[in-house]
Amino acid sequence: MYDSGKIIAGLLIFVLFVTIPVWYNRGSAGAVPDLELPKDAKTCVLPAAEIRAEHMKLLNVWRDEVLRDGERGTFEVDGKQYQKSLMLTCMKCHTSKVRFCDRCHDYTSVNPYCWNCHLAPVE
Amino acid sequence: MDTNRRNFLKVAGISTLAGLGGTTIVNRLIAGVDEAHAAAAAGAEMEQKAAETIRYGLVIDIKKFQQDPSLGEKAVNACHQIHNVPKFPEKRDEIKWIWMTHFENAFAESPNLYQDEANQTHLLPILCNHCDNPPCVRVCPTKATYRYEDGIVGMDYHRCIGCRFCMAACPYGSRSFNWRDPRPFIENINRDYPARTRGVVEKCNFCVERVQAGLQPACVEAVGDSKALVFGNLKDPNSEIRQILKEKQTIQRNPSLGTIPSVFYIV
Repeated sequence: MYDSGKIIAGLLIFVLFVTIPVWYNRGSAGAVPDLELPKDAKTCVLPAAEIRAEHMKLLNVWRDEVLRDGERGTFEVDGKQYQKSLMLTCMKCHTSKVRFCDRCHDYTSVNPYCWNCHLAPVE
Repeated sequence: MDTNRRNFLKVAGISTLAGLGGTTIVNRLIAGVDEAHAAAAAGAEMEQKAAETIRYGLVIDIKKFQQDPSLGEKAVNACHQIHNVPKFPEKRDEIKWIWMTHFENAFAESPNLYQDEANQTHLLPILCNHCDNPPCVRVCPTKATYRYEDGIVGMDYHRCIGCRFCMAACPYGSRSFNWRDPRPFIENINRDYPARTRGVVEKCNFCVERVQAGLQPACVEAVGDSKALVFGNLKDPNSEIRQILKEKQTIQRNPSLGTIPSVFYIV
């Protein structure tokens, strides 16, 4: 191989360069986000595992039912009535968007556009 | 080649027949399916018609707004406050759900040559007419604006792509476009109702969130017992709004367009 020294050195530099994200985030990338759960509410509208996986779909279902079908009635969970509403139900318990919503969304690098229009509670 | 002219013609003839016959049969089948669909749709429509016992409407008494000009301000402020309608410094950015205007602007079809003094000097409120035959709904490419079964023409801002076809279609100018981010221009934020984002069209929603929960629209509540605004079910012959419509002559905006508004004016 001609110029093997230069080629191997170049390849090494290239590999180091493309793996920068791995080196740079070494150690810190695995930390699971620490959510602040509501203090006075014990139950959510769905079990924790389900709401964690399905909350975005549930919000879409609520939106379509309320807005498009005009079904604005409440539903009952553990004897308590809830409205189908992000601002009037979710955010009444989860009073901090920054310490609840954003932590997971930042971690998983998703940017939901809910808050372009919807108003988060004052923090 | 062993194909002679005679055999070629036979094959060609049979293929043509098969092709023609085939398409007719396929068309027949498609037509049959369509008929079945149409029958099912007609059935559903009949049911819906029967269920349609509500059509919300509003009667606006112009005389009362002339006698007490503060009523108009009250109604507009209540609406804009409750729905987080922004107040932009420049007129070209203006967002409005309900606003006060001159008689000749609201009723361009009425004879306005020798106007009475009261109408010359006073303003009257105008808002979305929640038409029975809404042109905005017909043109919306994403169905972001639609008509509820109770007659309210609503908006789903999640779907609005900001094409502004509805603004071109609405003959009443009831719709406003968010050219800028409205959030910094909302004076008193109401955290029980969402705001809007840049790039969507917005308009009066007849307080659908209140009406469908059994409340009166914010503007009607704001004018109190003056009866300057009366809201109710137009399909209920015993409702207050129908009594008023029975007793008093009312006019509507641009009736010749055939949009069939749900908002009536007592002149």
